[in-house]
Amino acid sequence: MKLAAAILIDGVIDASWLFIVAVGLTLVFGVLNILNFAHGSLFAVGAYAAASAVGWYFGGDLGPPFFGYLLMLGSALAVALALGPLLERGLLRLFYGRDEVVLVLVTYALFLILEDGTKLIWGAESYYASEPYGLLGNVSLFGLSYVVYDFALIGLAVVVGLLLWLGLNRTTTGKVILAVIHDREISRAMGVNVTRVFALAFTLGVFLAALGGAFTAPKISVQPGISISVILFSFAVVVIGGLGSVEGAAIAALLVGLARSAAIHLVPWAELFIIYLVMAFVLALRPEGLVQRVAARKI
Amino acid sequence: MAVVGTLTAAFVAFAVLAVLGYLLPTWFILVVTLAFSKGLVALGIVWLMRGGLVSFGQGIFYCAGAYAAGMAMRSLGLTDAASLVVLGAVVALVPGLLIAPLLAGYRGIFFATLTLAVSMIAYGILNKTYSLGGSDGFNLQAPTFFGYHPTQPQSISYALFLVASFVTVAAAGLSRVHFDSVRGLLSLAARDNEIRLEYLGASVRWVNGVNFVIAAVLAGAGGALSALSLGHIDPDFAFWTTSGEFVFLAILSGYFSVTAVFVAAILVEVVRSFSSQYFPNTWQGALGVFLLLIILFLPEGLGSLARWPRPKSAKPAAAPAASAE
Repeated sequence: MKLAAAILIDGVIDASWLFIVAVGLTLVFGVLNILNFAHGSLFAVGAYAAASAVGWYFGGDLGPPFFGYLLMLGSALAVALALGPLLERGLLRLFYGRDEVVLVLVTYALFLILEDGTKLIWGAESYYASEPYGLLGNVSLFGLSYVVYDFALIGLAVVVGLLLWLGLNRTTTGKVILAVIHDREISRAMGVNVTRVFALAFTLGVFLAALGGAFTAPKISVQPGISISVILFSFAVVVIGGLGSVEGAAIAALLVGLARSAAIHLVPWAELFIIYLVMAFVLALRPEGLVQRVAARKI
Repeated sequence: MAVVGTLTAAFVAFAVLAVLGYLLPTWFILVVTLAFSKGLVALGIVWLMRGGLVSFGQGIFYCAGAYAAGMAMRSLGLTDAASLVVLGAVVALVPGLLIAPLLAGYRGIFFATLTLAVSMIAYGILNKTYSLGGSDGFNLQAPTFFGYHPTQPQSISYALFLVASFVTVAAAGLSRVHFDSVRGLLSLAARDNEIRLEYLGASVRWVNGVNFVIAAVLAGAGGALSALSLGHIDPDFAFWTTSGEFVFLAILSGYFSVTAVFVAAILVEVVRSFSSQYFPNTWQGALGVFLLLIILFLPEGLGSLARWPRPKSAKPAAAPAASAE
C-alpha cells in the first residue's frame, strides 16, 4: 500500500513538469509542424534565468520571500518574449516548407548553438536556487514525507492545462490557432494571418518550456546537460500522446511519469529506458499516438 | 559499362588512398580512419534517405557492430581486423532483420522517433550490463592483419587505414552501382510519390525494408572499424547524439553522391579535432551554425556541388515541355 502510494505520488509529481514542458512542444508541432529539438535548451535557459533571478533576490534579502515565485514566473515570461519571436522570425521562418525531418535537423543545430550559448553566459558551474523549494514546508502522507512545493507544482500543471484548454477552445485567438493546426492553407484562405499565429504559438511554446525550467530549477542543480534528458522525455510524451494534441500530452505525461516512478521503485535498472519501452509499445499499437487527429489525405 | 567504370574508379580510389596513407602523417591517418568508419554509417542513412526516410537511431547498429568486434576479441581471441569488420556487419544484420519489418510501415517523423527510441533502449540496457563494462565500456587490444602482427603504432594505424579504405571504397562503389540500378531508382520513386509507385506495382514497404537492412549492415561495419580505431567501446555508441551526428553527415553530403559522404565525414572529423582542441567550449555551436548554413544554402548537400552543370529546378519546367510535344 505504502509502495503503491509512493509510486503514485512520485509519478504524478514527475508528470506535472513533464506535462508543462511537453504541452509546449506539442503545441509548436501542431501549429508549425516542427518537432523542436531545442525545446530542452529553452527549458534550460528558463531554469538558468530563474536560478539567477532567485539567487539575486534571496541573496540580497530584497523583499517578502513569496515574491520569489512571481520572479520565477517573470523570468520564464522574459525568456519567452526575448527568444520566441527572435528564433521564429529570425531563424525558423527561413526553413518553412522544408521536409519535417530537415526541420528537426534545423532545431538540432539550434540545440547545439543554444547549448554552447548557455555555457558562454552562465559558465559550466552548477546553480542552486533551493530557497523557494523549502518555503512551503513539508507534509506527511502515508508515513512518507513530501515537500509541499512538489504538490504546488502539480497544481501549476493543472492550472496551465486548464488555461490552455480554455484559451484554445473558448477564445477567438485560440480557435484561430486550432484552425491553423487543422489546416494551414484553408485558414489562410479564410483570412487568418498565419504568420502571426506561427510567431504567437512558438512564443507560447518557448514560454511553456521556460516555465517548466523555471519551476523545476529549485528542485535540481542547474548545470549543463539538463536539456538532454528533458528533450528526450518530452519527446517521448508528445509522441505517445499524439503529435499536436494537448489532451494526449496530458494523458501521456501521466503515463510516462507513473511508468518512470514504478521503474525507479520496482526495477531501478530499467529506469533509463522504461520510457522508450512504453513509447515503442504504444506506437506499435497506435502508430500515431494515443490521441489521433483525423486528417484528409492530400495527394 | 557504367558498372565497369564505377568499379574501376573504386579500384583507382583505393590505390590512391593506399599511397596517400603511406605519405601522410599518422595523426591524419587516424582521423581519416575514424571518418571512414562514421562515413559508412552515414552512407547507410543515405540509402534510407533515397527512399525518403531518416533514421535517428543508427547508433544501435553502430553499437552492435562495435560490441560484436570487441566481444569476439575479448572472449574468442579473434584479433584479425578484416574478420572483425565482417563479423560486426553480420551481427548488425540480426537486429536489422528483426527491426526492419516492424518499422517499414512508418514514415517521416514517426520513423525517426521510433528508431531513436529503439536505440535508446539499447543504450539503457548496455549501461546496466556490467558483464560488458556497464557505462564505462571496455578497451580493445591492437588488431592483427591476416597474420601480420605489427607492433609499431604507425604500422598498426596504416594497416587499419588500409582495411578501412578497402571497406569504404567497396561499400561506396557497390552503393553507386546499386543506386543507378532499377531497384535503386525505385527508392527515389518512393521518395517522390509512394502512391504512384504502389500503382506501378512496386512495394514501398519492401524497398524501405531492404534499405533499412543494408543501412544496418553498413552501420555494423562502421561500428566495428570505429571500435578498432578508437581501441575503446562504451554505450555512448548507441546514444542519440551519436546517431544525430550520422544524420548530420548524411544531410551535409546529400543523397546524390556517395563520394560526398566520405568527403563530408573527413571534413567534419578534421574540423572537430581542430576546433575541440582550440575552442573547446564553442565547437558544438560552430558545428550547429555550419549545419544551418548548409541546410539554408545547399539544401541538397555537398554532393550537389559535384553535379555540373546544375540541373535547373526541373519540376515546374518539365510539365509544359512534355505537353508541348
